[in-house]
Amino acid sequence: MRISACIKRVPITGGRILLTEDARAINTQHLGFTMSPHEECGVEEAVRLIEANKGDSVVLTLGPREAVEQLRDAMALGVDRGIHLQTDGREWDGEATATALVDAIRADEADHGRFDIIFFGNESADSGGFQVGIRVAYALGRACVTGLKKVTLQGASVRCEQEVEAGRDVYVVPLPAVLTVKEGLNLPRYPSVPGRMRARSKPVSVVTPIRPDPRLELVSLAVPAGQGRRAESLGSGAAAAPAVVELLRKAGVL
Amino acid sequence: MSVLILTDGSDASRQALTLARRFGDPVHAVHMDAVAPFAPDSLAAILQQVADELNAAAVFAAGTDRGNEVMARLAARAGLPLAANCVAVTPGAPAALTRLRWGGSLLEEARLHSPRPLITVAPHTVSIEEGPEPIDVDVARFVEELDERDLLVRASDHVAPQDGGVSLTTAKVIVSGGRGVGSKEGFAIIEELAGLLGAAVGCSRAVTSAGWRPHSDQVGQTGTKVAPEVYIACGISGATQHMAGLKGAKRILAINSDPQAPLMLNADYTVTGDLKEVVPAITAEIRKRT
Ligand SMILES: Cc1cc2nc3c(=O)[nH]c(=O)nc-3n(C[C@H](O)[C@H](O)[C@H](O)COP(=O)(O)OP(=O)(O)OC[C@H]3O[C@@H](n4cnc5c(N)ncnc54)[C@H](O)[C@@H]3O)c2cc1C
Repeated sequence: MRISACIKRVPITGGRILLTEDARAINTQHLGFTMSPHEECGVEEAVRLIEANKGDSVVLTLGPREAVEQLRDAMALGVDRGIHLQTDGREWDGEATATALVDAIRADEADHGRFDIIFFGNESADSGGFQVGIRVAYALGRACVTGLKKVTLQGASVRCEQEVEAGRDVYVVPLPAVLTVKEGLNLPRYPSVPGRMRARSKPVSVVTPIRPDPRLELVSLAVPAGQGRRAESLGSGAAAAPAVVELLRKAGVL
Repeated sequence: MSVLILTDGSDASRQALTLARRFGDPVHAVHMDAVAPFAPDSLAAILQQVADELNAAAVFAAGTDRGNEVMARLAARAGLPLAANCVAVTPGAPAALTRLRWGGSLLEEARLHSPRPLITVAPHTVSIEEGPEPIDVDVARFVEELDERDLLVRASDHVAPQDGGVSLTTAKVIVSGGRGVGSKEGFAIIEELAGLLGAAVGCSRAVTSAGWRPHSDQVGQTGTKVAPEVYIACGISGATQHMAGLKGAKRILAINSDPQAPLMLNADYTVTGDLKEVVPAITAEIRKRT
């Protein structure tokens, strides 16, 4: 069985987002980076499927040189190797990202065989385009199910549970398939120290796709105005309890 | 020139309709339940054919899970760009738009270079304007001619929600705990207060990652977006991704030992102190009065 997971490097923004001077990006000078929680669940699921069924797992990312850190994070969870579609750090829109990923996936499949499942996050944490996995599926001519909270192999098919307003809708589609997942699909393991050590020597191949002019072109970013909450102190410690109860009463919830 | 909208009749769809009217007249509508059970590729196939026949200037939908999904499939098969979760759009070549990033924590100004803009509108962000109602497209002909391939992905079954007490999405009060709660067992005082208030229990991602609570309790960008009358945040720092789930909360009360925690600055009411003292004291005070 062959499984891959596609991930994106994003900053951990903390309590307040600061922008660069030209307002075209987040000022990440003092920030750490991660892959999105959705994608981490995709990686975990890929690792579990290969643990259970044997085979080969691959993690792909399109991003700057430093995004190799997120590939290593995925390999520390157990993925076998990485493919880095290296960029100069500029923004790629969803359409261009999908096209580059399709080329890389086709090249890998030509050498190693078809992926039974390709995992994506349902949407990226930062740009939130809701489209890269779907575009890749269309280009490869494969079934795609989105927003998944549970994935179960059933022979040559996969049973998928999609979160909807009241409960879950179930889809059963044949392999190979592209699945976009949400956090809650599983509880990703914590990378072990040996896992981290092994990840350092796992192979990462690098390709450098050419960035087309984006058809969804970012012009600038802005932090939305605050909601004007007034942070009124009700006191400190246990002594504040009567004021809290008064608030609950006024709000009509007691 | 006409415009096409994918609608489910909800307020979110009416918000999309409000922006769609700026791109042309009349507006034609395809309904989300045109193919039942839900088969997103089929809907995308129908939208593509209808848009071509009408020579539609643009296609709109609400930025719901289903709206975004079907529009992305339309974008993929039509070979067009898609702008998801827009809050404002101005027609033109290119179209100018404002859209949400980071689950609403950031706004992006963008240009959409496309012969047929495909746009989804972020729910709860646009005020609904009255105007001519859209013309329903007769889809029977298209449904009959659907390709087998476009019916491969379809909702074939449904699993009812697990009966897990008060639901986060509809709760009037939520008592939510973060890393400051300290442990799985630490949630006993949170649950006790929630029980007394008929409230739902929520939590931060630090808590779900640690395995203290199930992910279904998580509030935020990759958890649930909530809209209670009162949200009581205990030992939660207030990262932007947590706050992204709180935009609909009427009142936020933060209980935190650090008065400088972002949530203490972005709440309506604050109590400074150790939640292990404050929360039981609130519970006792309610008991005393009832
Ligand atoms: C892409 C992405 C998506 C994310 N999505 C989500 C999401 O959906 N939801 C979410 O919650 N997070 C999300 N996160 C994680 C988020 O960035 C924060 O890491 C997380 O919210 C922190 O949880 P916390 O506030 O419980 O923990 P911390 O940030 O560690 O804060 C703990 C707080 O508890 C206080 N405290 C400690 N002890 C006590 C005590 N005894 N009494 C009172 N106060 C005390 C501390 O002062 C501190 O403010 C996401 C992150 C990324 C990168």
